[in-house]
Amino acid sequence: MNVIIDNIDLFWDGLLGTLMICAYAAVGSLVLGVVLGIFRVSPVPPLRWIGQAWVTVFRNCPLTVVLFFCAFGLPELGVDFPDFYLWVGILGLVLYTSAFVCEAVRSGINAVQPGQAEAARAIGLTFTQSLGLIILPQALRTVVPPLGSVLIAMVKNSALVGAFGVGGELFATVDTLTSARGLPLIPVLVGVAIGYLIITLPAGALLGLLERKVAIAR
Amino acid sequence: MSTVLYDTPGPKARRNTLIASVLIGLALLAVVVVALLKLNEQDQLSELKWGPLVNPGNPIFPLVWASIGEAAVNTLVAAGWALVFSLIVGTVLAMSRVTAARWYRWLVVGLMELLRGLPVVIMIFFASRVLPNYGLGLDNVWYLVIGLTLYNSVIIAEIIRAGIASLPSGQLEAGLSIGLTRWQALRLIQLPQAFRAMLPALISQLVVVLKDTSLGFIVLYEELVRRANILVQDPQMQNPLQMFLIIAALFVLTNWLLSKLAEWVERRLSSRTAAKADPAAIPGTYASATGGAAI
Repeated sequence: MNVIIDNIDLFWDGLLGTLMICAYAAVGSLVLGVVLGIFRVSPVPPLRWIGQAWVTVFRNCPLTVVLFFCAFGLPELGVDFPDFYLWVGILGLVLYTSAFVCEAVRSGINAVQPGQAEAARAIGLTFTQSLGLIILPQALRTVVPPLGSVLIAMVKNSALVGAFGVGGELFATVDTLTSARGLPLIPVLVGVAIGYLIITLPAGALLGLLERKVAIAR
Repeated sequence: MSTVLYDTPGPKARRNTLIASVLIGLALLAVVVVALLKLNEQDQLSELKWGPLVNPGNPIFPLVWASIGEAAVNTLVAAGWALVFSLIVGTVLAMSRVTAARWYRWLVVGLMELLRGLPVVIMIFFASRVLPNYGLGLDNVWYLVIGLTLYNSVIIAEIIRAGIASLPSGQLEAGLSIGLTRWQALRLIQLPQAFRAMLPALISQLVVVLKDTSLGFIVLYEELVRRANILVQDPQMQNPLQMFLIIAALFVLTNWLLSKLAEWVERRLSSRTAAKADPAAIPGTYASATGGAAI
């Protein structure tokens, strides 16, 4: 217990690091995922194919492979920038998570009753209008629970970015404290586990509340 | 695909769609060409980089693929054990959560919430570093299997619980009224039907297990991804981009086939089970058949 209290600042930094990575990755994958979800219902076939291919590839490929590919493959292409591994980790998370967001959005769009879209068309709205004004606002409410699960899973997946040696992230704190400072492993791991629970458990509870709040009576 | 979003296109809409399709096609083509030029410029399309992986005439091709094949078997072994153990532990958890008396139900629920809230990376790491301290020195594969089991058994328990919840209450009531105990009714009536109803979701979970075996690199278990990473260090290889493309393709193909299998099973089952059509719609459970939180 003393190990945790004595190093609380390091655990805190790790928690903030994880939250920072997750915030960037969440924004990125939500935007990309919604765009891809729209692609998948669009009247233009190539857009549908792009969405389909994206989902097939990134949903079936382990995050580890996506990250390895970005981390070791991109340098081969001469790609390099400051804080390379941090941004590559975020990039990997975005690529991977967006496929799941896309699937959630698509299933939400399909869950909106056909009568809604028919009514929108009947009053003369175009595809973009009916999607933006009628379908998506309802679809996004129904996808709150699955999207929440996806984002919570993303927080947990972000530990993998730390396992790749990105410092200042919660899982990487284990290495800092045990290897560099020689502290016993078990309390450090418990501290890090508590750190993740501090994020995931309230997020799950919040999600439950939100789910009831935005639920549409059908 | 939802087709209610737009009218059957008329001549003008068809023309616009065609124009948009051609433009997007051209844009995609341009991206591919630029990417290939860039790859060529960095010498990534050479025989040196691709030969060992795709050219059977290459001297090290058989060696490389023998190694990849061996690693693929390791991946399947880890995934297989993890699935078997997760099913057993998951079923036990689901049964105890459903039948638990109130005074210890919070314990089961708390344990499940705890395990659901932690990254699988931490569980594998924990198993590999903590168990040896207590004299449990195992082969690397078992740390991976233990970590994956801890993580997936909770999810499988939730899937089974959703399956039980999806059955009409008449199933349990009929069982009780012919004199079965609560436990017998669960084991003989509810569980078999829950398994059947949830088979698609269980197959989808296999995809997750298979993907998560790639975390074997944490415990230095030589499954596909770690083996690939070792292979590309070889002076004769030096082709991470190509190697990971091939590994990704292997995973995508296998998992895609598995998810198609899940969809097929779901279609077959949908007409032959007492369960409600859409388990995702059952309040209080989060498992859904093929979509959902299988991430």
